[in-house]
Amino acid sequence: MSRQVEDPRGLNIKKFFFQWEWMLVLIFILINIINSLISPYYLNISNLLSATMTFIDKAFIVLPMTFVIILGAIDISVGSTVALSAVIMAVLYNAGVPMPLAMVICLAVGTLCGFINGILIVRFKELSAMIVTLSTMIIYRGIAYIILEDQASGKFPAWYTFLGWGYIAGIPFSLIVFTLFAVVFGLVLHKTTFGRRAYAIGNNAVASRFSGIEVDKIKLIIFTLTGVMSAVAALFLTSRMGSVRPNVATGYEMEVIAAVVLGGVSSQGGKGRMVGAVLALFVIGFLRYGLGLINIASQVLLIIIGLLLVFAVLIPNVRSRFGLKVKR
Amino acid sequence: MTRKVKSGILNGKSVTRFRELGLLVFLILLSAMVQLRNPKFLTLENINDMLTNTAILSILAVGMMMIIITRGIDLSIGASLALAGMISALAVSSNQNLSPLFAILLGTVVGLICGSINGLLISKGGVFPIITTLGMMNAYRGLTYIISGGKWVSAHQMPVSFKAIATGKILGINNLVFIAVIIYIIFFYFINYTRTGRKIYAVGSNPESAKVSGINNEKILFMVYTIMGALSGLAGVLWVSKFASAQGDTAAGYEMNVIAACVLGGVSIDGGSGKVSGVILGALLFGMLENALPLINISPFWQKAIQGLIILVAIIVNVLVKRSVDRKNLMGRKI
Repeated sequence: MSRQVEDPRGLNIKKFFFQWEWMLVLIFILINIINSLISPYYLNISNLLSATMTFIDKAFIVLPMTFVIILGAIDISVGSTVALSAVIMAVLYNAGVPMPLAMVICLAVGTLCGFINGILIVRFKELSAMIVTLSTMIIYRGIAYIILEDQASGKFPAWYTFLGWGYIAGIPFSLIVFTLFAVVFGLVLHKTTFGRRAYAIGNNAVASRFSGIEVDKIKLIIFTLTGVMSAVAALFLTSRMGSVRPNVATGYEMEVIAAVVLGGVSSQGGKGRMVGAVLALFVIGFLRYGLGLINIASQVLLIIIGLLLVFAVLIPNVRSRFGLKVKR
Repeated sequence: MTRKVKSGILNGKSVTRFRELGLLVFLILLSAMVQLRNPKFLTLENINDMLTNTAILSILAVGMMMIIITRGIDLSIGASLALAGMISALAVSSNQNLSPLFAILLGTVVGLICGSINGLLISKGGVFPIITTLGMMNAYRGLTYIISGGKWVSAHQMPVSFKAIATGKILGINNLVFIAVIIYIIFFYFINYTRTGRKIYAVGSNPESAKVSGINNEKILFMVYTIMGALSGLAGVLWVSKFASAQGDTAAGYEMNVIAACVLGGVSIDGGSGKVSGVILGALLFGMLENALPLINISPFWQKAIQGLIILVAIIVNVLVKRSVDRKNLMGRKI
């Protein structure tokens, strides 16, 4: 947010407070107030912190997905990557591979999945990222089914559950790790040339290439990174669930993309901030948690999230249209 | 107008022709291979089964094709299919004497409403198709659960006449196949030989120039999403009748199969190109893979990976062919 201050045109207070991120903060506070009004057990710090555990695994994928969408691309294979890396880890561990090594292999599998996506997208520019990741989504999930068929695999060592369930000084371990990752990703996006180049590519890939940006390299890195973070999500997810099935993390891609877009990252690329995406994720997470506390069916939540997503994009559009008319 | 588009650029045309020919050859090779392994494959009975199973997919694919041609995408069709199927199933289960034709009409109208909401948001609201349909997918899906109260409508609650929609025959052809054929004939004519149909391509290949040449882009966009909605509503009734059960999670994720069938059929996701004949072949190939693999004793667990791999190979081969054609054209150009 300090970026606004550095703006050469000077600080525009009105503009600053009319940002989408503030809207999200407002929604977030509103949700918390409503939740605490309906349930007396809600407003409790340790309770709230633990609530993050229910959605934090997806949060790891939101970070690189923000990069992907800023590029103007999309990756719908992340759910399948989570499943494949988790399945391979579980099967290897049960075949006698020591757990730390299995975890490294899990990360390696995720990296490879992301790398394959990236290579295909970079080598075959005629194909959109959507189509490439649609087919790899089916393939990765398919391989997970080939390996594990309809079985489940688990029986992880006791210490492994710490990843998903452990606390350090009263704060969930997963939340701490996520915060670190979020800070790093945020800094890379907003404070490094790499991040600025990602925006440039999202705004105009051709112009970026002509101005000396290695578009392919950056795309490849970002898609590989998405694979890596999907594998990280797989680690935390399997630790929480205790066992793996090939159908794990189905539909994650949609939830992650929904969070990123709700966070104000334009699906046409080149616009949006990391803060927004993370905030949106917490809005959805706490909305779900709060509604769960008061026994509102998760189906109602589906409708709310869906409409929120559409209106989040619709309202600014309609407003800008209206604004234009007034100016004329 | 039609003539002008048809005699378009040579290279684009030969690529589409090659693609369709390639798909056809692939289909024939695949069926020959499967036939050698299992002689039951090319029996009339199995072919009928296969076509019946592909009918719903192909009905949806033709609607999706029009949307993809306009550079859009519709992720909500699985959900609107489920919603339409659920509403018509509830209607027939509470009133057993309801005519099946009315059920079909009801489902189609429900789908049409879902589609027109998508269309309105996309054309008038300016929300990107992927976002709109992602959001509305959740909304329709949630609505399906709420309307049904989380319960299923199962076979014994449905009147025989309703279940007969999927099992009955017209002129010796299964109803589903018959409906699919009718829809294909209608849309083949609509897309290729009507002014409005050609406008879809114009909007997709270059929205700016379409606008300049006097096409109402918003109207076309609204139309394709509404048609898609109506088709998925119709497909919803057929689906529920075929499987004799309506559930909250009916056809969850089915949109990906439909998109994959379109892509296999050579519809470019960048918009502007795609043909009805290609989409038929794409849907048939997709349906055949589902039917053939179990017949040659390939474990059903391999099915997904093989499907995905074939899609990937098909789109990559397509790109490579297009590149070589472009290069040849460039070399033969007179300067």
